[in-house]
Amino acid sequence: MISKIFDSFRAALADIPDGASIMIGGFGLAGQPTELIEALLDQGAKDLVIINNNAGNGDTGLAALLKAGRVRKIICSFPRQSDSQVFDGLYRAGKIELELVPQGNLAERIRAAGAGIGGFYTPTGVGTPLAEGKESRRIHGRDYILEYPLHADYALIKARSADRWGNLVYRKTARNFGPIMATASRVAVVQVENIVELGELDPEAIVTPGLFVQRVVAAGGQQ
Amino acid sequence: MKRLDREQMAARVAADIPEGSVVNLGIGLPTKVANYLPADREIMLHSENGVIGMGPAPLPGHEDPDLINAGKQPVTLLPGGAFFHHADSFAMMRGGHLDVCVLGAFQVSRHGDLANWHTGEADAIPAVGGAMDLAIGAKSVYVLMELLTRDGRSKLVEQCTYPLTGLACVTRVYTDLAVFDLKDGRVVLADDCCGVGAAELSRLTGLDIASA
Repeated sequence: MISKIFDSFRAALADIPDGASIMIGGFGLAGQPTELIEALLDQGAKDLVIINNNAGNGDTGLAALLKAGRVRKIICSFPRQSDSQVFDGLYRAGKIELELVPQGNLAERIRAAGAGIGGFYTPTGVGTPLAEGKESRRIHGRDYILEYPLHADYALIKARSADRWGNLVYRKTARNFGPIMATASRVAVVQVENIVELGELDPEAIVTPGLFVQRVVAAGGQQ
Repeated sequence: MKRLDREQMAARVAADIPEGSVVNLGIGLPTKVANYLPADREIMLHSENGVIGMGPAPLPGHEDPDLINAGKQPVTLLPGGAFFHHADSFAMMRGGHLDVCVLGAFQVSRHGDLANWHTGEADAIPAVGGAMDLAIGAKSVYVLMELLTRDGRSKLVEQCTYPLTGLACVTRVYTDLAVFDLKDGRVVLADDCCGVGAAELSRLTGLDIASA
């Protein structure tokens, strides 16, 4: 019998090694897998590469992971926010590496990784400082730059409901990076509000088919 | 000199958004355009975090942390609205499926080059978000900004000095003093809404501004 359900956040993240690359879903608080990030903080792996849209807020969650010196590099589109003081301090002190990627290129690089695409030409960023050093090509009269897929060892994402096969549905704009990060990671770990019986999710409405998901943990503990 | 306040500037843009348009409003001043869209037009608002068919802000106490816009503010969903993941959302933008995008700017050049993501200061934390995708994706890219900086320098310029967001992408610039069309390197006065006149606007911007 297939079951991807883990009893605890701790167990679901136990094998993350030092140096791992980890995608973390969420756009602001919507879709942020808070309990998984806290479990990663407790788990202790260091020298991490984090892929997220932002670079942490306040001093909890991702910001706490940064503050603990556990992150070597962050790949994101929008690190600067009113309360991103932890990242700002590390960046100005040269203690963290930043790869800044336009948001759509970030999403498409993740999508490309999950779809087995070796690279793609995008018009986003052409003529800007973020295109410097990148291969460019004119296609049908328009300029594009080459971007490469972005894979990760793990993805930590949040969904509304899952079944034991890992089929997922999300909630409103909390969907954001979840579906594509699940496809682009070797191990996708999902925290959900509730776990339902196999067959209970409408097959026409499943957003992430279970083959993209390796581990599921219920945030409330109900199973 | 008469000038539009920020609410009037937003209303001026809203008046030009046609019935049936799919529109993305950037963070900051452009977000205010939503408050002035004519009630008799059906206009779909897209937000890059993954929603189309956005409605107004919820009533106090009815905010849903899972239903937000690109500025991370709570919003509502209208009947017919839909959610989608980030790659689909940016396909809508990059793929030319949006009719109009309204953005703020530090500078716009007469060629339509846009600078709105980075001041270029050495110790500034760089953050780009969806700005570059929005700049190049929509069928029409409008900028909404004050024409002059606080110290009187024109933000409509011969050549941008701030780091660029996109090349030759802006077609129309709404300001507190006038509305301009950018066509093949020419700046055309599209609406002299404050009665400033092409000669004075040319003096203020240092550009050769043609009457429509």
